[in-house]
Amino acid sequence: MAGPSLMDSLFQRSLDDIIKGLRLTPPGTESTFIGKSLNEIRREIKSTDPATKATALQKLTYLHSLHGADMSWAAFHSVELSSSAAHSHKRIAFLSASLSFNPNTTEVILLLTHQLRKDLSSSNIHDVSLALSTLSSICNPDLARDLTPEVFTLLSSCKVFVRKKAIATVLRIFEQYPDAVRVCFKRIVENLENVDMGVLSTVVGLFCELTEKEPRSYLPLAPEFYKILVDCRNNWVLIKVLKIFAKLVPLEPRLGKRVVEPISEHLGRTGAKSLAFECVRTIVTSLSEYDNAVKLAVGKILELLLDDDPNLKYLGLQALAIVAQKNIWAVLENKELVVKALSDVDVNIKLEALRLVMSMVSEDNVMEICRILISQALKSDPEFCNEILGFILLTCARNFYEVIFYFDWYVTFLGEMARIPHCQKGEEIENQLVDIGLRVKDARPQLVHVARDLVIDPALFGNPFMHRVLAAAAWISGEYIELSRNPFEVMEALLQPRTSLLSPFVRAVYIQSAFKVLTFCLSSYLKLTGDNASYPSPLTDSVPKTNNEGSLDTVACQSLSETELDNQNMVVTDGQTPFASLGTSHLTEESIVALVNLVETNLGPLAGSSEVEVQERASNVLGLIKLIKPKLHDCLDQSEGDKMKVEPNASEMVQVIFDAFSEDLGPVSLNAQERVPIPDGLVLKENLGDLEEVCGDMKLPLSTSFSLVKPHMVDATSIPEWQSKEESEPSNESTSLLAEHRKRHGLYYLSSENKGMISNDYPAAHDPKDKAVDETEDLVKLTGESLIIKRKPNHVKPRPVVVKLDDGEGVNVALKAAEVKADLISGAVQEVLFGNEATTSSRRKSSKKSSKQREVDELNVPVPESKNSTMETDKSGVGFGGSGRRKHHSHGKERKHRNSGKDKEHDKKDKQKSNHGDGKHKSQQRADGDLAVQSPVIPDFLL
Amino acid sequence: MIHFVVLISRQGKVRLTKWYSPYSQKERAKVIRELSGMILTRGPKLCNFVEWRGYKVVYKRYASLYFCMCIDQDDNELEILEIIHHYVEILDRYFGSVCELDLIFNFHKAYYILDEILIAGELQESSKKTVARLVAAQDSLVEAAKEQASSISNMIAQATK
Repeated sequence: MAGPSLMDSLFQRSLDDIIKGLRLTPPGTESTFIGKSLNEIRREIKSTDPATKATALQKLTYLHSLHGADMSWAAFHSVELSSSAAHSHKRIAFLSASLSFNPNTTEVILLLTHQLRKDLSSSNIHDVSLALSTLSSICNPDLARDLTPEVFTLLSSCKVFVRKKAIATVLRIFEQYPDAVRVCFKRIVENLENVDMGVLSTVVGLFCELTEKEPRSYLPLAPEFYKILVDCRNNWVLIKVLKIFAKLVPLEPRLGKRVVEPISEHLGRTGAKSLAFECVRTIVTSLSEYDNAVKLAVGKILELLLDDDPNLKYLGLQALAIVAQKNIWAVLENKELVVKALSDVDVNIKLEALRLVMSMVSEDNVMEICRILISQALKSDPEFCNEILGFILLTCARNFYEVIFYFDWYVTFLGEMARIPHCQKGEEIENQLVDIGLRVKDARPQLVHVARDLVIDPALFGNPFMHRVLAAAAWISGEYIELSRNPFEVMEALLQPRTSLLSPFVRAVYIQSAFKVLTFCLSSYLKLTGDNASYPSPLTDSVPKTNNEGSLDTVACQSLSETELDNQNMVVTDGQTPFASLGTSHLTEESIVALVNLVETNLGPLAGSSEVEVQERASNVLGLIKLIKPKLHDCLDQSEGDKMKVEPNASEMVQVIFDAFSEDLGPVSLNAQERVPIPDGLVLKENLGDLEEVCGDMKLPLSTSFSLVKPHMVDATSIPEWQSKEESEPSNESTSLLAEHRKRHGLYYLSSENKGMISNDYPAAHDPKDKAVDETEDLVKLTGESLIIKRKPNHVKPRPVVVKLDDGEGVNVALKAAEVKADLISGAVQEVLFGNEATTSSRRKSSKKSSKQREVDELNVPVPESKNSTMETDKSGVGFGGSGRRKHHSHGKERKHRNSGKDKEHDKKDKQKSNHGDGKHKSQQRADGDLAVQSPVIPDFLL
Repeated sequence: MIHFVVLISRQGKVRLTKWYSPYSQKERAKVIRELSGMILTRGPKLCNFVEWRGYKVVYKRYASLYFCMCIDQDDNELEILEIIHHYVEILDRYFGSVCELDLIFNFHKAYYILDEILIAGELQESSKKTVARLVAAQDSLVEAAKEQASSISNMIAQATK
C-alpha cells in the first residue's frame, strides 16, 4: 500500500462523494464499495495534513455508525486529531471517539486523558462542551478518576450551558468512580436551588437516575425536592421530581402525607398528558393508600382508556395493571373497556388487556374468564391466540392450580385447548396433564377420559404441536388404565397405524403404555380365571362404575383376526374372534388371545426399528408376550382342571409386573436429590472436574413437573414453525382416515351426546355458540355478569386435594438471601450527606470486618443521643446510614481528633492518586471543610 | 434514562445511531435488526411503544423516518415522545423543513444537534432557541477554520499545477 501522498490529499473523495457513491451502487454490492472506501481511508488517515486526516476520519465515522464498519483500528487517529487546534477537526475527532470507543476495551482511551483535561479547562465553551459530551459517552474508571477535579470546577461554572453539561456528565463519573461523590456531591446539591430551568432540569434528572439505584440515601434531600414539586411549573422537571418521590415515599410514610396534596393538585391542573400520566403513575405505585388520590387517578385512567389515541389507551391499561395490585375494584369498574381492548387492532394493547384480565382471575370466575378468552383466541390470529393460551395455562397452573376448584372441568378444558387449530402450547399442556395426574387423585377418572378422547382420534396426528399432548395422553392412558372403561379400545388406539407419524420418543411412550395396558388386562384375566369365577368379573369390579355404563351395553362385539397381516403398521381389525367389551361382559380367553395377538402383530415389526427407544420398548413387550403366549394356548387347549397347574408361573410373573406398574407415581421435588445425605466415604467430586466443561451448558429444566419426551430430541423432529400449508395437507388426509376409521369401528367412538352427560354441570370450555359471538359488544355483554366477583358459590363437593411436597417445591428458585452489596455510590452519598468524611473508601473496600469493628469501637465513645431522630425509618438501613449518623451527631472536636489519627491514611491515599494533582486534594479538603459547617443544618423535612 | 437513539428509514436503512449505554458492535447490529423488524412492520394507527428485552422502545414516524428511543421500564413514554418531537422540530428549524436527504448528507450535524439536546441519556436543553443558537455558533467556528484550510489547499493546488 502506498503511503499518503500529496495526490491523496488533492484527490481525496469527500464525505459527500462517499454518500453519493453508496447511494448509486446497485443493491447487494454495497459491501464491496464500503471495502474499497475503507482501503482508501486507511491510506488517507495516515496523512500528516490534518484536513485530509479529518475528512478520512469523518468518512470512517459515517461508515462505522451507519453501515457497521469496524473502526477500532483507527482509535489512535481519533486521539491524534483531537489535539488539533481547529475546532472543526476537534469536533470530528471527538465525534468519532464518542461513537466508536468502547470504555472497556479501547486501550487508547487513556491517551485522551490529557487532551480532555486541556479542553475541559479551555476558555472556548464549545471545546469544553465537546469534551464533556465525549467524556459522558466514553467514561471509564481511569478517565473518571483523573478528570474529576476538572469536572468539579465546571459544576459551578458561571456559564449555564457548560454547567448543566457538567452536571449530566457527573452521573457517568459517579458510576465509574464512586469516590468522586465525596468531591462533587455538595456542589450538585447546591444546584438544586438554581433558578435556571436548564440547570435544574439536569440536576433533577441526575438525582432521578441516582435514586433509581438506591433511594434510601437521598431521603435527606426530600425538602429540596418538595420545594421543587410545589414551586416549579416546568413539566420536564416535575416529571423527574415525581419519579424521585415515587421512589422515596415507600421508604418514609410521613412523606406520602405531604406530597399527596401537591401531586393531586398537579394532576388536576395540568393539561400536559405526560405530566398527568406521571402523576397517575406516582399515585398508583406509591400513594395507593390515599383513597382520594387513587380515585382521582382512576378517573384520569378512565379518560385515557376512552381516548382515541392508542398511546393513551396503552398507558391507561398499564396504569390500571399497577392499580390492580392493590385496588382491584378499579379494574372491575372498568372491565368493559378492558375486555373491549382485547379485540383492539394493536397487539401491544391486546397484550396489556390480556395481562389485566388475567390479573382478575380468581377461584370464582376462572371458568368464565377462560371461556371468554378461548372464544377470543378462536377468532384471533395464531400468534395472539397462543399468547392467550399461554397466559391461561400460566395463570391456571399458578401456585399448584390454586384457582382451580373443578379439576374435572380443567382437564376437559386442557383437552379442548389442545385441539384449537392454532395451538402451539403442546408442551405446556403435556406438562400440566401429567402433573395433574400425579398430584390430583380425584381428577384421574376424568383425566383418563380426556386422554382416551385424545389418543383415539386419528385426526390429531397430523399436527406436530399435538404430539406432546398425545404423549401425555398416552402416558395417562397407560398409567391409570384401571380407571378406563374399555382397555381394549385404548390398546387399539395406542397401536393405530398413524402412530408412525409420531416422533420416536412419543412413540416409545405409546408402546410403553401399551405394555401397561397389556399387563393390566392379563393380570385381570388371570385373576378372573384364577378365582375360577365368571361372575362378577374382577375387572369390572376394579373399574369404578361410571354413569354411562348403559351406553356401553349397546356396544356390539367386534371381531378380530390374528392372521390377516400384510403391512407392518397395519392394525388388523376385521376377523372372526369376538373382542369383548369389558364394561359388560367378562374377559374371555378369546378376547385375551386376540389382544395379545393384536399387540404382537403390531409391535413385531418395530422390534427391528432403527430408533433405539422404540426398538427397546417393543422388544420388552414382545418378550412378555413370548413368555405368556404358550401358557395361554395351553389354557385354551387344556381342560379346566389342568389350567391351575400350568399357570402359576405366568400369572405370578404378570402379577409382579402389574404390581410394579400399579405403584403410584408421585410428583418429585427438584430438591429431592439434595436432601439425600451423602454416605461416608463417597467421594463425589473426584475426577469429575473435567465434566464441567462438557456439561456446563446443560441446565436443569425449571419446571417441577417432568416431561415424557426429551425436549431437545423433539425439537429436532417436530416442525419448528407453524406452517399452515404443510399442516393442512396431512390434516385433510387425516380427516378422511378418521372417517374411514369411524366407519369401521363406529362402536369405539362414543356418541357425541356422551360428552354432555359426562361433564354434567360444568360449562363447556368453549361453547360452539361462542364462535358465533363475533361482536365485541356481545362479548362485553357476555362478560358483564361473569366478571363480577360472586360470593363463593356453594361448592357441592370439597376441592380435590392437590399433592404438594413438604418443602414448598415451587420456591426452589431459592430467594437467596439478597446479598446486601454495599452500593459504593450511595455509600459515598450517605457519607457526604451525613458529614462523615472519616470513612475512606479504601477502608470500606479493604475489609468489612475491620470497618465493622471500628464502628463498634466508635459506639463506645459517649455520643450525645440524637435529640431529633431525623431518620427513624432509616433504622432498617443502618448498614448504610447508621454509622454515618452517629458520627454526624458527634462533636466536631472528636471528628477532628479522628481526622488527625487518620492523616497517615489520607496521605497514603493522596500519594496513590498523585496524578490528581493538588487540585483534587484541595478541593476535597474544601468540600470537607464546608461540610463540617454545613452538615448539622441539613433541614429535617420529616419532622 | 435513554439507552440509545436510532433513526431508521422505512426501507430499514439506518440514518443515525447514538448509544448511551455500552453495546458492542455486534450487539448494536443485532439491536437494530431486531428493532427494525419489530417497528417497521407496525401499522400506522397503532401505539408508539413496543416492549423489547425488558425495555421500552418509543418510536415515532416522521415522513419516511422512524425515530426510536429505548428507555427503562418506568420512564415516561409520553415525555420521550415529546423529546423526539423536540429533536425533529430543531432539525426542521436548522435545515429548513428537514427531509431524509438532509440527514443523509449531514449525518454529523444531526449528531451535533442531538448532542446539544441529550447528554448521557438525559435531556439537557428544552429550549429550541438555545439549541439553534449553540449549533449556529459552532458552525461559524467551523466555517472560520474551513476558510483558512481551503485557502491553503488552494495555494497548494495552484503550486502543483
